[in-house]
Amino acid sequence: MLKASLALLKRDIGLSWSRGGGPILAVGFYLTLMAMIPLSLGPETQVLARVAPGLTWLSLALASLLSLERLFERDYEDGLFDILRGGKLPLEAIALIKCLAQWIGTGLILALLTPMVMIILGAPVEAAGLSLVAAVLGSLSFALIGGVGASLSLGSRKGGVLIALLVLPFYVPPVIFGAGLMQAYLTGAPITQALGLLGAYSLFALALCPIATGAALRSALN
Amino acid sequence: MTLSLNVQDIALKKGHKLLVSNVNLTATSGDAISLTGANGVGKTTFLRCLAGFTPPHRGSIQLVENDSQLDGVSIIENYSHYLGHAEALNPARRVDQELQFHCDYLGGTDLSLREAIARLRLGALLDLETRMLSAGQRKRVSLARLLMVPRPIWLLDEVLSPLDIAHRALMVDIMQAHLSGGGIMVCAVHDPLPFDTRALHLTRPSLEEIGNA
Repeated sequence: MLKASLALLKRDIGLSWSRGGGPILAVGFYLTLMAMIPLSLGPETQVLARVAPGLTWLSLALASLLSLERLFERDYEDGLFDILRGGKLPLEAIALIKCLAQWIGTGLILALLTPMVMIILGAPVEAAGLSLVAAVLGSLSFALIGGVGASLSLGSRKGGVLIALLVLPFYVPPVIFGAGLMQAYLTGAPITQALGLLGAYSLFALALCPIATGAALRSALN
Repeated sequence: MTLSLNVQDIALKKGHKLLVSNVNLTATSGDAISLTGANGVGKTTFLRCLAGFTPPHRGSIQLVENDSQLDGVSIIENYSHYLGHAEALNPARRVDQELQFHCDYLGGTDLSLREAIARLRLGALLDLETRMLSAGQRKRVSLARLLMVPRPIWLLDEVLSPLDIAHRALMVDIMQAHLSGGGIMVCAVHDPLPFDTRALHLTRPSLEEIGNA
C-alpha cells in the first residue's frame, strides 16, 4: 500500500509540472494580482502596509482555485480511475494523495512566495517567518477543501465556476484567521488564538475532506 | 486452486433504462466467455458490473475459491483486471513512466514489468510520450498490466479490435496461456475469438421485463 501511495503521489506531482504548467500559471496569477494592488490603491506605503495581509490572503485563496478543475477531471476522462480502483487503496486514500500532490505542486509554492509578496507590499520583514507558517497551513486547507469541490463537480461541463462557487465559502475561515493573525502580529496583539484556529481548521480539513471527496468520487464513478 | 465466477439472474440498469435482465453465467478456471451483442446492449456495463464498479440492479455475483464462497471481497481489487475502451494513459507522460506507475500501483515487480515489456514488444515505444502512440500501440501498452500483475479473472472489452494481425495472434497466445494456467476470461467481442469459447449473447429485454423492472 505504501508503494502504491508513493507511486501515485510521484505521478501526480510530476504531472502538475508537465500538465500545462499548473504551478507556473498559479504563481503568475498570484504575482500579477499582487502587482495590481498598488496600481489600484495608490502607492502610499501606509495604506498598502495596512491592507497587505488581507489582500495577500485573498489572492492566495483565488490562486489556489486555479488548477482545481484539472485535479480529477483529466484522470476521470482518461479512465485512470478504472486502474486506481483495481489497486488496494480506497477512494478516500486516493483522494487524500491527489490533494496532497496538488498542495505540494501548487499550494506550497504559493505559500513560499507569500512572505516575499507581503514584504514587497510593505509588511515588516520580521513578519516573514510567521506569514510563511500561516500560508503553509492555509494552503493545505485550500487544497483539501478544493478536492471536495473538484470531486463534486466531476463530470459536469464548465466545472471551474461551479468549483469556485462550492469552495469559496469554505475558504473564508482560513482567510479570516490568516489575515487576522498577521494583523494581530503587526498591532502587537497575541497571535496564539488566530494561529491555533488556523491550525485547527487545516487539521479539520485533513481529517474530513478526504472522506467527503472519496464519497463524491464514488458517486461520480458509479 | 480452482476459481469460479457465478452470476445469478442479474439485471442491469443505466440511469432509469433497463439494459439487460436474467443474465446467468458460471465460469470456472480455464473458461473463456465471449460476450456478444448489438452496440449499446450493455456489454461494457455488464463487464463493469462483474468488476464491481457498479452494483447490479438485481441478482448476485459470487466468487467461489476451492469450494468456499468468498463473501464481501472486491473482485476488482484482488482477483481481476478490467480493460475498458479508455487506456488510462496520460498524454503528457512517457510510456515507461506510465508502465512503471501501473506496475508499482497494482503491486507488480520490476522483473514482471520487464517480462511484460518483452512479451508485448513494447521496447521501442518506451521513451515516447503516450500522445505519440497509435490506437493499437496504446492498447498494447494498457495490455501490459495483464502480464505485470497476475490476476485470475480478465474482463476485457474489445481489446483485440485496434491491434494489427501479428499482435492479435500474439494476444491470442497470451490469452490461451492465461486460460491453460487456470485463468478465467470474459471478453466482449464482435469478431469471434480463434479458440474455444463459450458464448454469452446479450439481448435487449422484452417489453414485459421492462414493465416488471
